[in-house]
Amino acid sequence: MSAGPGLSPRSGRIRLPLITLASFGVVLALWLWWSAHPTSNGFPPTPGRSVGRVLWEARRGQLWADLGASTSRILIGFVISAVMALPLGLVAGRTKVGQAAIVPFTEFVRYMPVTAFLAFSIILFGLDEGQKWFLIWMGTFWQLVLMVADDAKRVPNELVDAGRTMGLSDAAILRRIVLRAAAPKLWDSHRLALGWAWTWVVLAEQVNPKHGLGYAIDLGRKFNAYDKILGYLLVLGVVGLVTDQVLRMLGRRLFQHEQLAR
Amino acid sequence: MSAIQISALTKVFSGRRGEVQALGGVDLSLADREFVSVVGASGCGKSTLLSIVAGLTQPTSGTVTMDGVAVTGPGRDRGVVFQTYTLFPWLTALGNVEFGLSQEPLSRTERRARAMDELRLVGLAEFADRYPNELSGGMKQRVAIARSLAYRPGVLLMDEPFGALDALTRTLMQELLTTIWEEHRLTVLFITHDIDEAVFVSDRVLVMTNRPGRIKEEIPVDLPRPRTPAMASSAEFRDLHERVLASIRDEAMAVMNTVQH
Repeated sequence: MSAGPGLSPRSGRIRLPLITLASFGVVLALWLWWSAHPTSNGFPPTPGRSVGRVLWEARRGQLWADLGASTSRILIGFVISAVMALPLGLVAGRTKVGQAAIVPFTEFVRYMPVTAFLAFSIILFGLDEGQKWFLIWMGTFWQLVLMVADDAKRVPNELVDAGRTMGLSDAAILRRIVLRAAAPKLWDSHRLALGWAWTWVVLAEQVNPKHGLGYAIDLGRKFNAYDKILGYLLVLGVVGLVTDQVLRMLGRRLFQHEQLAR
Repeated sequence: MSAIQISALTKVFSGRRGEVQALGGVDLSLADREFVSVVGASGCGKSTLLSIVAGLTQPTSGTVTMDGVAVTGPGRDRGVVFQTYTLFPWLTALGNVEFGLSQEPLSRTERRARAMDELRLVGLAEFADRYPNELSGGMKQRVAIARSLAYRPGVLLMDEPFGALDALTRTLMQELLTTIWEEHRLTVLFITHDIDEAVFVSDRVLVMTNRPGRIKEEIPVDLPRPRTPAMASSAEFRDLHERVLASIRDEAMAVMNTVQH
C-alpha cells in the first residue's frame, strides 16, 4: 500500500542530501569536461580558474566591496517594497473594496517586465542609488502585494470571527489576528521575493555603479573576463542559497507552533 | 440580567443558484440564567440562528434583543464557542485566554491572574504554557470556553462545541460544562444535533424544523441539578430522549427523502 517509489514521503532520509549533492556533481562534471575539451580554447574557463578568480578578488577586497554594495541595495529596496506592500496586501486580501481597488491594477502592472523600466528609472531617479532601489522595488513590490493579499485571504474566517465576538475593531483584527495568523506564510512570501531581488540588483547595477556584483559581472563582459563572470555567478548562487536556507530555518523556529496547528 | 428575545427572525441567503431560506420566522426567548439547547437535523439553520444572535450574521428580517437592547453586531456581552477550533496557534493556552481580556482595564498581572483562574476552572492550569498544537481537541475547546468566559459575558453561545470530539471526551465535556454553568449561572444558548447532549445539559430543549427553520417544539427538562452521568440511564432521561427523538425524527426523515430523490 505505498505510493510510487519516488512519491512516497519516506523514500530515504539519508539518501536525499546525497541526491542533492549528485545534482551539483553532474553539472560540475559537465563543466569540467567541457572546459577541458581540446576544442574549448579557453571558453568556458575551468571551475578552478573561476573559483581562483573569486578568491583573488576576495583577497584584494574587491569581492567584499561588491557584495556589500549589492546587499545594501537589496536590503534598502526590499525593505521599502515590503513596508509598502504589507498594509496594501492586507487590505486587499481582507476587504472587498481593497480587493477591487488594489488587486486588478497590481495584476496589470505585474506583467510589465522590470527590464523595460531601466530607462525610466534613470530619468526618474538619476544615476545614483535611488535608481537601483527603484528597480528592486519595481521587481518585488507588485508581486509582494499580491502574495500578501493571498496570505491574508487564507487566514481562516473562524479566527476573524472569534476576534469579532471579543469585540475587537476591524483595525485590531487586521493587526492582531490576520497579520499574526498569516505571519508564517508572509515569512515565506518575503523569502521568495527577496530571492528575486538578487536578480534585479544585477540589472540595476548595469547603470553607473561604483561597486556591486552586477557591476562586476558587467565589467567581466566588457573585458571578456569569463572567469570573473562565472566566479561571480557562483557567489550569487551561494549567497542566495545560504540566505534562503537560513531564512527557512529561522522561519521554522519562529513559527514552530504553527506548523501542525489546525 | 441577561435575557434574550428573538422575534420573527428570518434569514435568506442569496447565492448563484438562487435564494435559500435558512430561517423561516424563529421566535424564542431565553430567560436570564437559563440553559437552552436547540436541536435539529443538519442544515436546518440552527447555526445561522446562533450566528445572528452572536451578531456575526445580519438577519433578513426580525429582531434579536438582549435585555431589551437590539443586537446589531458582535459584542463582549455575548461569548461564543465555535465548533471548529478557533484558538490562536501562536499563543499558549494562557495567552489565548489573556487575548480575550486584552480590552479589559486590567494590569498585566491582573490579566494573567484572571486568565489563570479561568484555566483552572476548566481544569487546565497545568497546561497554561502549552500551545494549541500540543493540546487535544477536548483541551482546545476547554481553553476556548475559558477564553470566552474570561471577559464575563452574560450569555454564552455555543455552536456544536463538542461536535468534533470523540464520544468519551464529549460526555466529560458535557459534565464540565454543566458544572461551570452551575457555578457561573449565565444564560446559555447551545446548538447541537446530539439529543442526549441536549437533554443532559439543558433546562429546555427546542426542536427546529427543516429549512426554513422554525421552532417546532419545546421540551422542558426537569431533571435536578447538578446533573450527573448516572441520570443518563434514568427512566426520566430516556423519556425525554424519546420525546425529542420523536419530534426530530419526522424532520430528519423528510431531509433523507429530499436528498434521495
